[in-house]
Parts: sequence; C-alpha cells; structure tokens
Amino acid sequence: MYDFAYQRPSTVDEAVAAFAASGDARFLAGGQSLLPMMKHRLVRVSDIVDLAGIPGMAGIRTDRDRVVIRAGTLHADVAEHQGLRGAIPALAALVAGIGDRQVRNRGTLGGALAHNDPAGDYPAAALALEATIHTDRRTIAADDFFTGMFETALAEGELITAVEFPAPEAAAYLKFANPASRYAVVGVMIARRDGRVRVAVTGAGPCVFRPLQLEAALERAFTPQTVAAVSFDHRRFNGDIHATPQYRVHLITVLAQRAVATMA
Amino acid sequence: MPMVAMTVNGRPISAEVEARTLLVELLRSSLGLTGTHVGCDTSQCGACVVAMNGRTVKACTVLAVQAAEAAVITIEGLATGEVLHPMQTAFREHHALQCGFCTPGMVLSAIELAQRLPPAVTPEAIREGLEGNLCRCTGYHNIVAAVGAGATAMRGKG
Repeated sequence: MYDFAYQRPSTVDEAVAAFAASGDARFLAGGQSLLPMMKHRLVRVSDIVDLAGIPGMAGIRTDRDRVVIRAGTLHADVAEHQGLRGAIPALAALVAGIGDRQVRNRGTLGGALAHNDPAGDYPAAALALEATIHTDRRTIAADDFFTGMFETALAEGELITAVEFPAPEAAAYLKFANPASRYAVVGVMIARRDGRVRVAVTGAGPCVFRPLQLEAALERAFTPQTVAAVSFDHRRFNGDIHATPQYRVHLITVLAQRAVATMA
Repeated sequence: MPMVAMTVNGRPISAEVEARTLLVELLRSSLGLTGTHVGCDTSQCGACVVAMNGRTVKACTVLAVQAAEAAVITIEGLATGEVLHPMQTAFREHHALQCGFCTPGMVLSAIELAQRLPPAVTPEAIREGLEGNLCRCTGYHNIVAAVGAGATAMRGKG
C-alpha cells in the first residue's frame, strides 16, 4: 500500500471540508473494501479521512413502518439488532451473510453502499426495499443511487450519513455464495409492499439492477411458476472463472423462485 | 508520521507509525508479538485475527491508526502466567492443530464465538461461526470439537 496523509475529523462538516481540501481523498469507514483495494494498488489516495472519530455515526432506529440505520453502523450490529430483526427480518438475514464475522465486525452500511461492489449484498437490499440514502447534503432514492460498476450517484466528497429502509410486507434474500470468498455469484432480493413487487439482482451484472419484466409478472401472479416463465438475455451478464453468463441467468431464476416460495 | 497509542494485552504502548502501517505489522514488527500470523494478507484466511475492543478483526485489514486508543488482545495475551486460556487448553486436548499456523486466529475467533453463541452450541454453528478462519491441515473436525469443549469450559469458569 502506498502511504498517505491520515486525517481523523470529529464532525461530518470537518470530514467533508477535509476531503474537499485534499488532492485525492477517500473516506475511511470500516475499511473492509477500501483497504484491500489500496493494498492491491487498485486505489491510490493522497489522504484518508477516517470517520471513526465522529460521534453519532452509528445507531439503528426502528419505527412501525421503517428502519433508519446510521451509515457507520457495523454489519454485526445490524444483523443482531432485535428491533430490526422484527421489522425487516430479511434485511437482518442478508447482513448476517456479508463476508465473515471479522468483516462484519468492521464493515459498515455506508461503506458498503458507497463502494457498490457488483456482487455486494447491501446494494440489493437498498434497491429491493426502496431505501432512501441520506447524505451530508441531500437524500437520494436507491433507484437513482447505483449507477454502474463501483459507481454511485454520490458527488466527489459527498458522505452518506444514514439509510432509511421502509418495512415491506414480506421480503426474502437468497444468494448462491462462492464457496471460497462467500461473495454472491448471484443474489436475488424480493420485496412486496402495497401490491407492488420489487426485485434486485446482485452479482450477475456489472451493477445491481431491477429486472422490471419479472417485477411486473410477479405483480400479476406472485408464484414461482411466474418466475420460470420470464426469460433473461444472458449477454447482459458477467462471465468469469466462477460462472458463465448462462449459469448466472439460471441462478437468477432458481433463486427468485425460491425467494417467492418462501414469501408466498 | 502519526503517533498511535493503545493497550496491547493490557499493556499501554505507543509508537510512531506510517499511516499505511497495518495493525498486524505494528504487532509483529514493532512489538515483537509474532504469535499473530499473516497468511493470505487479503482478509480471507483469518491467521491474523486479534480482538479489538472485544470484537475479533482481521489485523491485516485494519490500519494501526484505526486501533488508536483501542484495547487489543493477541494470542500472547490469553494465558494467565503458565495457565492456558480454556480455549487454548481445549485446542491442545483435542489436537485441534497440525502445523499451527492458523491456530492463533482460530483461537481468538473461537473465544468470541463462544461468548456470543447460546449455551447449547451446535457443531454446525461452530463451523459457520469460523467461516472467516481457514485451516489447510486438519479438516476442521478436531477444531470444531475443541471449540465446543472450550466454550463449555469458558462457561464453567464464568
């Protein structure tokens, strides 16, 4: 890893100002994605602005119809939060499956969304649950947030402060995890609320996405058979040493069918 | 260069480090605590696991400056004098290691797991709880047995 200047501000405003005053800065939350990228020299920075010294960055609030998670909340704390497990059990289960215990002890919600890994679990939850991302300067709908591979709608130096997840009537997340890395080869999250169905697919393409045709079909008939009748063009999907595009298409169908079956 | 201060195995330490210095490098190179191992250096294998403020972390993926003011426990900090920690004893009694390279991280992860899981801990829960620690020798069978026994011994002690 190349060396950098280390800053540890004590407020969000100071953090944003420190970022703006730097040549090429990154915010550091848990560092479970950023530090490996820096070690591999995929990312080189002039400054690291560590968010750990800012009070109030972590915490979970559950209301009757929504959950608000502060951006610095650790995955381990989200997974084990009793109120959240009651309000959106599928979200708690998804977060309990990120990385491993040690990664969940460091990794944060804000970091995971800002990183937007193509095989990330949290982006699927944010998109399927129709989350709202709060930053230091505005709110962004999940539909507008994930713009491409490792790309988001965040402006340079914009900092996520909290994420609001409306509670669905039912939701389920299923992933086919790579047996070694535990990353999703494909993950499918489905959420149902007020007669509407939202589906988010991660791991299959360059960025998490909603298969709109599948959503519309499931709104007409929420059954596993509906899923089987919807086809995908495999040319849109990733192929690598772990799975071909055709296999990823197959996984979308199988996982979506199983998710629907658990919710029906 | 930043100054960093923390407690390691109950002892206050301070050191001047490069910002990029990893916690595991500080432990091994500056403090000479070479019980914490570096296996993959990519936060997959778990040989570098230490406890930081009571939570296990992969010390190859934590900056030393991120551990400022923290309480860090390494494998060297578990025994009381000549008396091994119950989890260490269980690993020895169940022959839960061959080459021993993964063992320090395995033991630290196992202790947090034992503290976190309900009393009747199942072998399946142990296997799942140790997903962040890889062993390339033993096939895990004896490790799982040791963690179960160690967890029971830890409760008996508490």
